[in-house]
Amino acid sequence: MSTIGKSANEGIKDASEYLRGTILDGLADSATGSLSKDDQQLTKFHGIYQQDDRDIRKERRKKKLEPAYSFMIRVRVPGGVSTPEQWIEMDRIAQEHANGALKLTTRQAFQFHGVIKSNLKKSIAEINEALLDTLAACGDVNRNVMCNPNPMQSKVHGDVLELATQISDHLSPRTGAYHDIWIDDGSGEKVKVTYDPPLIDDIADPEEPIYGKHYLPRKFKTVIAVPPSNDVDIYAHDLGYIAILEGDDKIVGYNVTVGGGMGMTHGNEETFPRLADVLGFCTPDQAVKVGEAVVRVQRDFGNRDVRTNARLKYTIERLGLDKFREEVEKLCGFKLEKPREFTFEDNGDRYGWIEDHEGNFHYTMFIENGRVYDTEAYPLLTGLREIAKIHEGDFRLTANQNLIIANISPAKKAEIEKLLEEYKMVDSYERSALRLNSMACVSLPTCGLALAESQRYLPDLVGEIESILEDTGLRHDAITIRMTGCPNGCARPYIAEIGFVGRAPGKYNLYLGGGFHGERLSKLYAPSVQSDEIKTVLEPIIRDYAKNRKDGERFGDFTIRSGYVKATENGRDFHKDFVEPTLAV
Amino acid sequence: MSTPATSPLSPDQQQIASQLAATLSPEQANWLSGFYAGIAHTGSPVAAAPVAKTELTVLYGSESGNAEKLSGDVAKAAGKQGFKAKVVNMADAKAATLAKAENLLVVVSTWGEGDPPEGATDYYEEFMSDAMPQLANVKFSVCALGDTSYEHFCKIGKDFDDRLSKLGGERVYDRVDCDVDFEEPFAKWLEGALKAFPSAEIAPGGAPAPATIPAATVYDKKNPYSSELTEKIVLNGTGSIKETLHVELSLEGSGLTYQPGDSLGIYPENRAEDIEAVLAATGLSANEKCGDKTLAEALKSDFDITSLSPAIALKYNKVVESDDLEKALADKAGFKDWIWGRQLVDLLETYPNKKWEVESFTGLLRPLAPRLYSIASSQKAHPDEVHLTIAAVRYNAHDRDRVGVCSTYIADKVAIGDTAKVFFHSNNNFRLPENDDVPVIMVGPGTGIAPFRAFIEERAAREAKGKNWLFFGDQHFSFDFLYQLEWLDYLKDGVLTELTTAFSRDQKEKIYVQHRLAERGAEIWEWLENGAHFYVCGDATRMAKDVNQALLDIAQQHGGKSAEDAKAWLTALRKDKRYQRDVY
Repeated sequence: MSTIGKSANEGIKDASEYLRGTILDGLADSATGSLSKDDQQLTKFHGIYQQDDRDIRKERRKKKLEPAYSFMIRVRVPGGVSTPEQWIEMDRIAQEHANGALKLTTRQAFQFHGVIKSNLKKSIAEINEALLDTLAACGDVNRNVMCNPNPMQSKVHGDVLELATQISDHLSPRTGAYHDIWIDDGSGEKVKVTYDPPLIDDIADPEEPIYGKHYLPRKFKTVIAVPPSNDVDIYAHDLGYIAILEGDDKIVGYNVTVGGGMGMTHGNEETFPRLADVLGFCTPDQAVKVGEAVVRVQRDFGNRDVRTNARLKYTIERLGLDKFREEVEKLCGFKLEKPREFTFEDNGDRYGWIEDHEGNFHYTMFIENGRVYDTEAYPLLTGLREIAKIHEGDFRLTANQNLIIANISPAKKAEIEKLLEEYKMVDSYERSALRLNSMACVSLPTCGLALAESQRYLPDLVGEIESILEDTGLRHDAITIRMTGCPNGCARPYIAEIGFVGRAPGKYNLYLGGGFHGERLSKLYAPSVQSDEIKTVLEPIIRDYAKNRKDGERFGDFTIRSGYVKATENGRDFHKDFVEPTLAV
Repeated sequence: MSTPATSPLSPDQQQIASQLAATLSPEQANWLSGFYAGIAHTGSPVAAAPVAKTELTVLYGSESGNAEKLSGDVAKAAGKQGFKAKVVNMADAKAATLAKAENLLVVVSTWGEGDPPEGATDYYEEFMSDAMPQLANVKFSVCALGDTSYEHFCKIGKDFDDRLSKLGGERVYDRVDCDVDFEEPFAKWLEGALKAFPSAEIAPGGAPAPATIPAATVYDKKNPYSSELTEKIVLNGTGSIKETLHVELSLEGSGLTYQPGDSLGIYPENRAEDIEAVLAATGLSANEKCGDKTLAEALKSDFDITSLSPAIALKYNKVVESDDLEKALADKAGFKDWIWGRQLVDLLETYPNKKWEVESFTGLLRPLAPRLYSIASSQKAHPDEVHLTIAAVRYNAHDRDRVGVCSTYIADKVAIGDTAKVFFHSNNNFRLPENDDVPVIMVGPGTGIAPFRAFIEERAAREAKGKNWLFFGDQHFSFDFLYQLEWLDYLKDGVLTELTTAFSRDQKEKIYVQHRLAERGAEIWEWLENGAHFYVCGDATRMAKDVNQALLDIAQQHGGKSAEDAKAWLTALRKDKRYQRDVY
């Protein structure tokens, strides 16, 4: 693939000398807090997004100040597992160099916000000193590899975590740019990532044996799920592995899934969210090789001319699943077996204490929107720091932006319980089931893509809906509700039972009918609903559900059976069958 | 009405134009604009030049690059049809220059909530503002780019179309509003619009009308000018603990002139709170007579009622005859400590007098002196204005909120539209090199930046070829980077060669300008060896001393001089007027 694709990002990658660009010059320029436009694309591959506080753009222009540029840094945490020492370091970096809050993302990563340019290099160097990194946390590469944190089955968790780490390492970019820019301490000694030769032996590019000079056409996300929990939302990702178990703790192999993805563009029906297909079954020792093959087929067949059509889901739509499988098998040199049976039950987290087979304890806390910060009433950041100081197990970030304090020995349990009590964390999940199943992206004021509020607004909206739930006796019924400030889908809104996607300030598309455990896409119910009308629009549907649902019937299934929306059978049909509703407002 | 900063006129021409503009009725102004346009067409008798081709300005504002690409297409197509096309990016231009365009095609996109492209924001705001000149000679057509999935589809294109027409422009071809698939409608518009422009026309010329120049009054320290405050901005962003004001004052009709490096004197007024506190402490009544004013009025504008020094205290005790104060004064160092952070009212309260008379009290007071501020503008860039950069001084000491009299007078009392009494104070010891080719290094942290804004504006207006290196520092990059956007523009234009910053509180260790000077020592030495002038403005007590030491260190480290030779070298530099300071 030596020709350069027509999309602008392809030219930037081509000219970047393996992701170097002019980032070093940009960091040295003390007159602006910004990097050049092209470098802003390249830093994503290094886990860094340039943002600015959009709330104060106008005010700053009047004050003759450029926008309040700062950077978001995303830390790759394969499987979401970090040590207490790493937790303490992330906490310190958040306070010293960022805005004082630690964000747990929907993809099991740490995120810092508000790091100004002059503190960027220091922050990334310190993250690396804590033995974590930010390489490939964003950008057109395989990003953070997720897996089920699975506190019940510790043996299985160990196995899938190991696979997640292997895939993450194997699919990491090999360029020396990351070390040159961020880690190089000026001693002149160039450290390079250890060379890890590809499993599939046809090295075309010694610098980047798997990706080549132009990397992937678009972002690429990989997850591993252990049924019956689908907390990682396997169908929403480009590449997935569903663990197939024999007995309680033996993984015999994986169903490989491909072509899931959330993002779309408002007003462009050629773009749509899509659920992944099951491609076939592979054994544990084939898993990394299959992953590499999927990446390489996407590298060579993905659309590099139209960026909105570049993700794997569109490649598969274009090639067909059979042709795609054929290409993957050709690279692997073996055939995939027929998929095995599996059952998912939900995609949420199980809160509270759990004891595993080895007698260790795990405590899952609810962290609203993944934001760990201190307020006077709720000193969450401090409380978790105090726990990290004495904790001997690990911290696990969940795909629902929550946190598991994992592997607590029976001897330590009482001590940790005391700290949970002291810092008011003990009842973190004493909330309505709706709130516990709510998820929002960051959005305004820092995200450059945001069209409407999300993380700052959803908690209030859930509060409004809770009053209906109390009234109808649904407080303890789990309904998934998710919101994003733009159609790109970071909080995976198109597989929620109630989904909101921002269109303009205070205006949201309302989607209904998503599957409770992420197995079905939703459908547009009402376009551009004003935020102050959302409650009125939802109320009759929720009351109808409370009164007329069948035994055990999920809200998403109910809205389809009752004709509020048609079921979306596949991504291609996401925009079809929209019926203008008769709204109560 | 003053001529804009971007006008191509010489200073003298600008003055005449501004003075004439002030006397014109709208009809006269319209007639004149046509009249001068006529001269442009026919050429003046001395410099007649034939018009080879019809000129066409292609103006674009681009966010994603589409409008930029399309404007290139427009220029190409126009060239083929015999136009002399000039492509202008809104990000690089001033809207006022549109008045010079005759044939204009605009390609502009809309994004977000009906916003202009980021880079075109200043242009757009200027274009929509009242400052825009009439565009009676402009023939135009607009191509608007947008996305129908957004509420404010093509808003910016529509705004340009509307306003061009309202400013007197002639729409020769209807606007087209393009959605995301813009290719076809754009091509159709381009074809039609190019056909709609007339071929070159020759307008009739005439002899220039005589302009009458009104005689100017002389204003100075004794006869200060009442200047209208036309703009006041707090430059620090939300989150800063500082309050630095950018202030613009009008000189319209005053005939006043100044040079970069000069200062502006302002006569302040005392705060009502301070007047009341002094009256309460003395037991005097606000309405008592003091000359031909009431006492309150006199205390407001004639007397310094806040300053406190040992000298004042000595004078004070001659009236009060307090044994305690006499004892306190005898301990000179102790009294100096006591004075720190205190004002006259503290003296009045601590060592009260049994009975005050108006004369005995005011007799102790010094007249309220004007304060001088380094001017932050060049008159070449702002013919009818003078700009200042003022730090509002507010602090609490000894349980009383205290302020800097003049800085808070401007910050709190003089609103936009109000006047303040001002005069110019010349400072020949702080002057740009006469030779425009000489490089200059400027060190101006905090409000020390003021004269360097004037210097840079002046050098830009003079199109000086010499290099300019500016060092700036303050507390936080994000909040306290005074005039940042202007510096970024000057860097882009190449007027500023280098801008080096030091923000003390963005990291654990404090970094100040002198640290940056040391880091760049080799280059600074090279600049100085090449004849550079070195300027320092700002805090005298610490910064200026540290910078002075940094220069001595550079001469030793990079010039190979001994400590003694370095001192001699710096003294010589000062004598040569190549090391100049404006510190306070």
